[in-house]
Amino acid sequence: MAPAPELLPYQRIREDLFRPLSRVSRRYVLATVCAFVVGAAGLAAWAYQLRRGMGVTGLQRPVFWGFYIVDFVFWIGISHAGTLISAILRLTDAAWRKPVTRAAEAITVFALMIGGMFPIIHLGRAWLFFWLLPYPNSRLLWPNFRSPLLWDLTAIVTYVTGSIIYLYLPLIPDVAQLAEHNTPWRRKLYRALSLGWTGSDREWHALERAMKLMACIILAVAVSVHTVVAWDFAMAVAPMWHSTIFGPYFVAGAIFSGIAALLIVMSLLRKVLHLETYLTPHHFRNLGKLLLLMSLLWLYFTMSENLTVWYGNEPKEMAVFGARTRAQYAPYFWIMVVLNFVIPFVLLGIRRLRTIANTTIAAVCVVVGMWLERFVIVVPTLANPRLPAAASSYAPTWVEIAITAATFAAMAMLYMIFAKLFPIIAVWEFKPHPPEDE
Amino acid sequence: MSITYRWGMAIDLDRCTGCEACVVACHAENNLPVSTPEQAAKGRTAHWIRVDRYYEGEFPDVKVKYMPVLCQHCDNAPCEPVCPVHATYHNPEGLNVQVYNRCVGTFYCANNCPYTVRYFNWFEPEWPAPLDLQHNPDVAVRMTGVMEKCTFCIQRIKRAKEGAARDGRRLADGDVNPACVQSCPAEAMVFGDLNDPESRVSRLARNGRATRLLEELGTKPKVFYLQKVK
Repeated sequence: MAPAPELLPYQRIREDLFRPLSRVSRRYVLATVCAFVVGAAGLAAWAYQLRRGMGVTGLQRPVFWGFYIVDFVFWIGISHAGTLISAILRLTDAAWRKPVTRAAEAITVFALMIGGMFPIIHLGRAWLFFWLLPYPNSRLLWPNFRSPLLWDLTAIVTYVTGSIIYLYLPLIPDVAQLAEHNTPWRRKLYRALSLGWTGSDREWHALERAMKLMACIILAVAVSVHTVVAWDFAMAVAPMWHSTIFGPYFVAGAIFSGIAALLIVMSLLRKVLHLETYLTPHHFRNLGKLLLLMSLLWLYFTMSENLTVWYGNEPKEMAVFGARTRAQYAPYFWIMVVLNFVIPFVLLGIRRLRTIANTTIAAVCVVVGMWLERFVIVVPTLANPRLPAAASSYAPTWVEIAITAATFAAMAMLYMIFAKLFPIIAVWEFKPHPPEDE
Repeated sequence: MSITYRWGMAIDLDRCTGCEACVVACHAENNLPVSTPEQAAKGRTAHWIRVDRYYEGEFPDVKVKYMPVLCQHCDNAPCEPVCPVHATYHNPEGLNVQVYNRCVGTFYCANNCPYTVRYFNWFEPEWPAPLDLQHNPDVAVRMTGVMEKCTFCIQRIKRAKEGAARDGRRLADGDVNPACVQSCPAEAMVFGDLNDPESRVSRLARNGRATRLLEELGTKPKVFYLQKVK
C-alpha cells in the first residue's frame, strides 16, 4: 500500500501538485475544446428558444415544468459536494480530507453557476429575469417575497457568494506561492489573487478563523438552499408535491448526488493529472462508505414518501403514485431505484468489491439515478392534475436535450480550465506547521 | 366608493349540453389565438373556458357529463402568492387578474392552479385570415412568454360600470355578462354580483344543488356548479 500523502516530503508534494499547471497535453486541450463545442451548441439551442418562444420545448399544459427544472434541482444538488464534504470534514478536523476539499469546493461553485442558469433559461420572458431582483424601478414594484421563487433566488445568490468565498479563502496561500516563479501573465494573475499575502502569523491566524467561520456559515446555507428548492414544490397544493418530508428528502438527495459527483471527479483527476499518490484507495473507501450511508438514507426517505401515499390511498395522490410506479413513468422510477440503491448497495456494501473502479461505477449510477429521481418527482405530478380531464404527458424536444447536454459539457470545461489554473489539491495544507515555517 | 361588487358565476350542469358555444364566444371576445392541429395535439391550445367531458358507464351504455371549466376566481387563490413579480393578483372586486406586462413566465401560477385553467403563450400569437381582422379592440393581444386566463370579461364589466356611473347608479343585475354567459343557448350560465343577496347568481349559490369545484382545498372559488345530487 502506498504511504499516506501527508508523510511525503513537502518539497515533493509541492512539485507534484504544481506540475499539472505548467504542462497541458494535446489531448487535454482537445477535450476542453470538445466540451466548449457542446456547451456552445447548448447556447445556440437556447438562442433559438429565445427567438421562437417556449413552444420549442416539450412543455405543454399542464406539464409546465420539465427538463429545465429537473436540471436545476439536479445541479443545485450536485453543488452540495463541496460544502458538505469540505465543511464537515474541516470542522471535524478529519486529516484525510486534505487532498479532497478543493476538488469538492470547485464542484460546488461550478455546479451552482450552471444550476443557477436554469431558472432563467426556463422563463417565458428570460430577458426580464431581473424583475425578480429587489431594486428601485420604474414599475414601483418590489418582487413578491411571499413567492417561494424569491426565497429560491435569495438562497441561491447567498450560496453562490458564500461558496465562492469558501473556495477562494484556502486558495490564497497557494496562489501566493505560485506568484513567486511563473510566466509573466500567470504571475500577474496569481499576484492579484493573492491579495498581498505574505504568510505572516497574523495572516495565518486570520485565514484559519475565516475558514472556520465560513465552514459553519456555508453548512447552514447549504442545508437551507436545498430545503428552499424542495419548497418550490412542497409549497404548491399539487398531489405528491405537498409533502412535509420534501425539505430533508431533497437535502439528503443533494448530499447523495454531491458525493457521487465528487467521486467521479476524483477518479478522473487521479488518472488525468496523475495524482495516484494523493487520491488514494483510502479516500475512495471513506467516501464510498459515505455514499453507501447516503444511499440507505435516500432509500429510507423514498420509502417513507411513497409508502405513506400508497397506504393513504387518496385518489388524487394515487393517480400520481400510479403514474410513477406502474404506468407511464414506471421505467424511470424502477431504474432510479436500481441505480440509487441496488447497484451502490452491492458495490459498496460488500467490502471485497469496494475498489476504486467499482466506487466510481456506483457514483456514476447515483448521478444518473438522482437525475431520474428529480424527473420522477417533477413530471408525474404535473401530468396528473386534480381535474382528471386535464391530465396529459410530457416528452422533451431536442432543444431541452441539447441544453441539458451542454450543462455537463460546461461543467467539464470549467473544471478542466480550473485544474490548469490552480492546484486542484491544496498544497499549503501539507505544509508542516505553516506559521513557524515562515 | 359605496359597496363594491364581488363578481361570481353559477353554471347549471343539468342544463349544459356541451355545445361549446361559450368556448367560441370567449375566443372571439378575448382575442384568443387559434392553434394548429399539431399544437393542439400537444396540449398547446388556449381556451379560457373549456368543456371537460366525463364518461359514465361502458359502451354502448355511455352517459357523458359536461363541465365547463374556467378560472374559478378563487377568493383564496393558490396562484397568487407564488408569483414572484406580482403579475397575478386580486383586484378589489374579487377578480383574480393577470397583468400581462408584468409576467415573466415562471409557470409557477399554472402549476399551483388546481383547476388547470391557466394558459401560456408558447409562441407569438397568430390568427389565420380573416380572423386577424376581427380582434376586439378592448382586449390586449398577449405576447409570447406570458401566462393568461379568464378575466370574467373585465373589459365588459369596466364598460358597464362607466355607463352606470354616467347615469349615477349602481350596476343592476344582468347589466353585464361575460361572452360565455351571453352566448349560452341553454342559459346554463348566470353571472352577477355576489354582494347583492338578491341577484340571480346569489340566489343560485344558495340553491341546494350548488357546489363548488374542489372546494375542499379551501380555495373559496366564486364559480358555483349546480347539479342534482343523486
